[in-house]
Amino acid sequence: MCGPVLAVLGTLLLGISLSAFAFDIESMPTPAQQKRYDGLIHELRCMQCQNQSIADSPVGLAEDLRRDVREQIIAGKTDAQIRESMVNRYGNVILFRPPFTWSTAWVWLAPFALLLVGGFVAVRIVRKRSSLVASDDSIVETDEQAS
Amino acid sequence: MSRFLIPAAVFLALAGVLYVGVVHSPNKSTMQSALLGKTVPAFSLPVLGNPGMSLTNTQLAGRPWVLNVWGTWCVACRDEHAALLDIARQNVLPLVGLNWKDEDDAALDWLQQLGNPYSVVVADRDGRTAIDFGVYGAPETFFIDDAGRVQYRHVGPMTAEIWQREFLSRLPRAGLP
Repeated sequence: MCGPVLAVLGTLLLGISLSAFAFDIESMPTPAQQKRYDGLIHELRCMQCQNQSIADSPVGLAEDLRRDVREQIIAGKTDAQIRESMVNRYGNVILFRPPFTWSTAWVWLAPFALLLVGGFVAVRIVRKRSSLVASDDSIVETDEQAS
Repeated sequence: MSRFLIPAAVFLALAGVLYVGVVHSPNKSTMQSALLGKTVPAFSLPVLGNPGMSLTNTQLAGRPWVLNVWGTWCVACRDEHAALLDIARQNVLPLVGLNWKDEDDAALDWLQQLGNPYSVVVADRDGRTAIDFGVYGAPETFFIDDAGRVQYRHVGPMTAEIWQREFLSRLPRAGLP
């Protein structure tokens, strides 16, 4: 009973995961444009499937956004202009690399703050340990004296 | 005492950050439109079921209106359809339909079968206007004020409650009939 069901499920899942990759990324007229295109579509979020880039997603919206990027590159827009046009329509959330602003500062600074805290804690522990070792030695000495 | 004070402070700080993160996580229904307060993107689209006719954003200027993004392929659009019909019966704000990446025939069939709540429906067959509006999932409904600025965007099925709370409340008092 379970076997056939699992087999069918497995086949379905395989179909789904394969179909997720069954799309072609459109190509650009020149290698330089192709390079910019590949870069841009990997740093723009697919808003429908939010943890994928528009390069990774087969959904219609990602396809439309790739077309938008392609057309803007061909129209002579710079990468910064293309990113800006995306942010104007979808907000900063469409960029996988958020810009450094007041509202995003903590995202960028938190790792360094945590590193400082971690370093501080580590130094404290090491200091405490070394004072422990010193007192251990004195105990050993007294033991030797006692024996 | 300070043995516990520092870990407790760290815990509280972390809990605070995570709480804010969870509360403000990009929930599909709460993601704010990047267009809020900005002028509607320019568009000129063919009117559904009216070959040769088109509608532009400038034709809608001067009074508040509502843009509803839908498609016959969109299940949640079927869910909100009854609410849209009720809203249309109130006759307070013109409902403009944006038929997103759809077949004209399927869209016309849908309106004939379920009823047509829209003052006018435009066909965005290749989805360019939807992108300009920052649409990421149908249904989405925008409130545009008389100055042509986007004042609110609702993602997900429209309900009588949301209509009352987020759309009617944004109408200027003077504009009420």
